[in-house]
Amino acid sequence: MPSLIDMRRRIRAVKSTQQITKAMKMVAASKLRRAQERVIATRPFAGQARQVLASIASRVDPAAHPLLARRAGTETGATLLIAISADRGLCGSFNTNVIKTVGSVLRENTERPISLGLVGRKSRDFLGRRGVPVRFDYVNLPKVITYAEAEAIANPAVSDFIEGKVDSVHLIYNEFKSVIAQKVVVEQLLPFVPEPVAEGQGPRTAEYLFEPSPERILDVLLQRLVVAQVLRALLESNAAFFAAQMTAMDAATRNSREMMDSLTLYMNKLRQAAITREIIEVVSGSQVS
Amino acid sequence: MALPTHIRLEFVTPERAIAHDEVDELQLPGEEGAFGVLPGHAPLLAALRTGEMWYRKGGDVHYAFIDGGFAEVLPDRVSIMAQVAERAEDIDLQRAEAAKLRAENRLSRPTAADADAERTRIAMLRAIARLSVAQRSRQRHHH
Repeated sequence: MPSLIDMRRRIRAVKSTQQITKAMKMVAASKLRRAQERVIATRPFAGQARQVLASIASRVDPAAHPLLARRAGTETGATLLIAISADRGLCGSFNTNVIKTVGSVLRENTERPISLGLVGRKSRDFLGRRGVPVRFDYVNLPKVITYAEAEAIANPAVSDFIEGKVDSVHLIYNEFKSVIAQKVVVEQLLPFVPEPVAEGQGPRTAEYLFEPSPERILDVLLQRLVVAQVLRALLESNAAFFAAQMTAMDAATRNSREMMDSLTLYMNKLRQAAITREIIEVVSGSQVS
Repeated sequence: MALPTHIRLEFVTPERAIAHDEVDELQLPGEEGAFGVLPGHAPLLAALRTGEMWYRKGGDVHYAFIDGGFAEVLPDRVSIMAQVAERAEDIDLQRAEAAKLRAENRLSRPTAADADAERTRIAMLRAIARLSVAQRSRQRHHH
């Protein structure tokens, strides 16, 4: 039977763990707020770029552009999967979910040549050892994710696609649904799928002058949009990470409170038992004398 | 149709919105040379190069650095979609100075491969454009 001192020590240990998980929860909550703001900040660019794309579409055939072209192998040919996880853990099933989804995509497409782009230390460490060719990995994402990181990830994908090494590119990442819900999504990056322009924001009918040429503008626009889509995925994943971490740390804090309660109850029982025993000893001792 | 008197400026990058304002006049670094825009400009889609832009609202002129992108110009509205952009007041002068120095050093020792030289040249252009934007805005504040 553990002694009272042992019990006190255990309660203290649980309490200090709880202080850590509580602090991590607070930190994750404040980082989540900033991460959410950054996701929202990417929306004006995407919205405007889509409108311009729609207006160009009336002048040049966008299907002719290599980044938009669907090929015979789009559904069945070689594909590059870019898996975005976090560099760190302590975030519930955040990383596991991405890794599991990649695993099931691999199992369902055994006939397709698949290569992997691994973003984040967790996906590199787990998926890098599966025997599937790794095209690139990217770990140690900075605290503030910028266009430069998105470009570094998008560039190898774009060049592989244009050179015909792969027929499609997909992103797999945690989408930020809400603070309590993150959902792993598989999203096609290339060939690029222009999102439909929202209702009431149809292509403007103006006759544009193009400088230098419609083709050049379309080219610049599409390249930016592809990088912007990668950037959004990185930022979504980042926000989802903090949400997952916050939820996990909140649960851990609650669990340690429960554990402390039950340990305290057990300790009190022990103390009660010890006191009772002592009283019995005193009483029976006095009767003897 | 009466000509519009102002231009609605929407200036965004994939990371964030830089400016959202009603302005009187602006100038952009087009791929084929800088061009000015006044209210009533003909519809235009232009690719942008690395350089400086400014916009004027009343007596206030604001400068910003642009690193590639494109702009959609309509008679009453301009949307700038830049790859990277910074307002003059947000430019890190020390970093830009350091980048310029680094590029100069590398260019003075032409041992590197051509691809590197090209990248260095671009880095140099960026640094120069950033510095020039930052200086213009500071000159204005001294007056």
